[in-house]
Amino acid sequence: MPSPNPYSFSNLTRPASLARLGGIGAMVLALAAAFAGTAGWFSPSRLGPDAMIDRFEDVNGEHPGFRRNHAKGVCLTGSFESNGNAARLSTAPVFAPGRTPVIGRFALAGGMPMMADGPAAVRSLALEFQMADGQQWRTGMNDIPVFPMKDPQAFYEQLATGKRDPKTGKPDPAAMQAFLLAHPETAKALDLIKAQPFSSGFANATYNSLNAFLLVDSAGEKHPVRWSMVAVDAFAPEPADKPADKNYLFDALAARVKQGPVQWHLMLTLGQSGDPTSDSTLPWPADREKVDAGLLSVAALQGEDGGACRDVNFDPLVLPWGIVGSDDPLLSARSGAYSESFTRREGEAKPPSAVQPRTGG
Amino acid sequence: MTPTFPLLSRLLHWTMAVLILAMLFVGVAMVSSLADYSRLVVIHRPLGILLLVLVAIRLINRLLSPPPPLPSAMPTLLKVVAHASHWLLYGLMFALPLVGWGMLSAGGYPIPLIGSFHLPPILPHDKALYAILRPAHTILAYLLFLTFLAHLGAALTHALVFKDGVFRSMVKR
Repeated sequence: MPSPNPYSFSNLTRPASLARLGGIGAMVLALAAAFAGTAGWFSPSRLGPDAMIDRFEDVNGEHPGFRRNHAKGVCLTGSFESNGNAARLSTAPVFAPGRTPVIGRFALAGGMPMMADGPAAVRSLALEFQMADGQQWRTGMNDIPVFPMKDPQAFYEQLATGKRDPKTGKPDPAAMQAFLLAHPETAKALDLIKAQPFSSGFANATYNSLNAFLLVDSAGEKHPVRWSMVAVDAFAPEPADKPADKNYLFDALAARVKQGPVQWHLMLTLGQSGDPTSDSTLPWPADREKVDAGLLSVAALQGEDGGACRDVNFDPLVLPWGIVGSDDPLLSARSGAYSESFTRREGEAKPPSAVQPRTGG
Repeated sequence: MTPTFPLLSRLLHWTMAVLILAMLFVGVAMVSSLADYSRLVVIHRPLGILLLVLVAIRLINRLLSPPPPLPSAMPTLLKVVAHASHWLLYGLMFALPLVGWGMLSAGGYPIPLIGSFHLPPILPHDKALYAILRPAHTILAYLLFLTFLAHLGAALTHALVFKDGVFRSMVKR
């Protein structure tokens, strides 16, 4: 033995011991540095959930307790009656013939929880299908035909163009112009969005998944899909004059639901090989096979304050076995960013929602 | 020379060492990258549950075949630190998967593992619980990483400086 007591100070301070202790320290530090690197400490340009949600708060102002996007909304309850047509395409229990309870949320896109209803805002429908075996399918859909940005980085950059100039109270149009020059795919998508007339309300709007997914059948075969909730209520264009009431869209929806269930057909559009699944700005050819999988009925609305939808994160990758996400980079980004928004708002006091539908009667 | 750990103990130790380190790296990568989030979260969930099962087996194994005693020459203070840090490691190995499971339960999330198999919630869907457990999961994960670094540093010090057979007891028969 080089030293009679290996734990003694004199052993630890021998040059050979000091060199080894130094080596051990360096190794521990290197591992800590690798960990910090993996956590992104040395890559400030990496786009993480924090930065994305920070940008929402920067552009829209801080609205504690509310979703950072699609902030103004109302809860819904209802059910989905599957006709079994899609069971050949996916093993998800929701597609077997029969009824699945559904909760969800109608909302306006944008991070302003008290915004006035208006024709400019994209309307959204988020759903949670609650299957009998405990599996869930969550989906958030918008009433536009394609999504304007193709990846999270573009979405992040585009968000900044919506920031209001403190002098004019409006976003600087030059910022959006510059963004469109750099992102021709967004300019093309916006042309498609503008070409499709918006409906007069929530009840007669058609909502689209925008992102592609894959249905997986019992043989394990994958079928690219984009889905839509196609309104049963007849389409009517937006009125020429926007009603003055700031909740006119939500009030009209509540009045419509009181007359009886509002219904939508779940239409599955099946992609063919070569149809883009990784780019939500690109439409699929109009002649693609469409499968009517069943009927969604919205039976009642509830204000968010007492509604089941408030504390639900409509993460588009909460999927039952039999549906999987595609290679669209927006899906992972939505999942990560929604989680961050959810964590922030669940830790905050919840102010009353702008929309308070009267129950009963 | 200190007697060595039984084979099963050594197998559990090294398997979990690799998996826990991987898990910690997956965790911090996942929450810092929108691009990688979805593919990492589907690894993180089942791996966490696997680690919970492994640590339960390990605790039972530890009670059935206790570890060899530390060298009698080791100063009392070092022994106390060694024992305390091991129970801290055990506590964190249980706490992280349980807090993760509890936090998903409180957040109202389904918890799919493999195929259509999913775990039941262990806590009610509750905003306030989620708001506590989600940050707790992160804090405990950083604490586990720091404890792991201390454990690694101590193990290497036993191996290269003390040369007292403690490191050897976990690597050799």
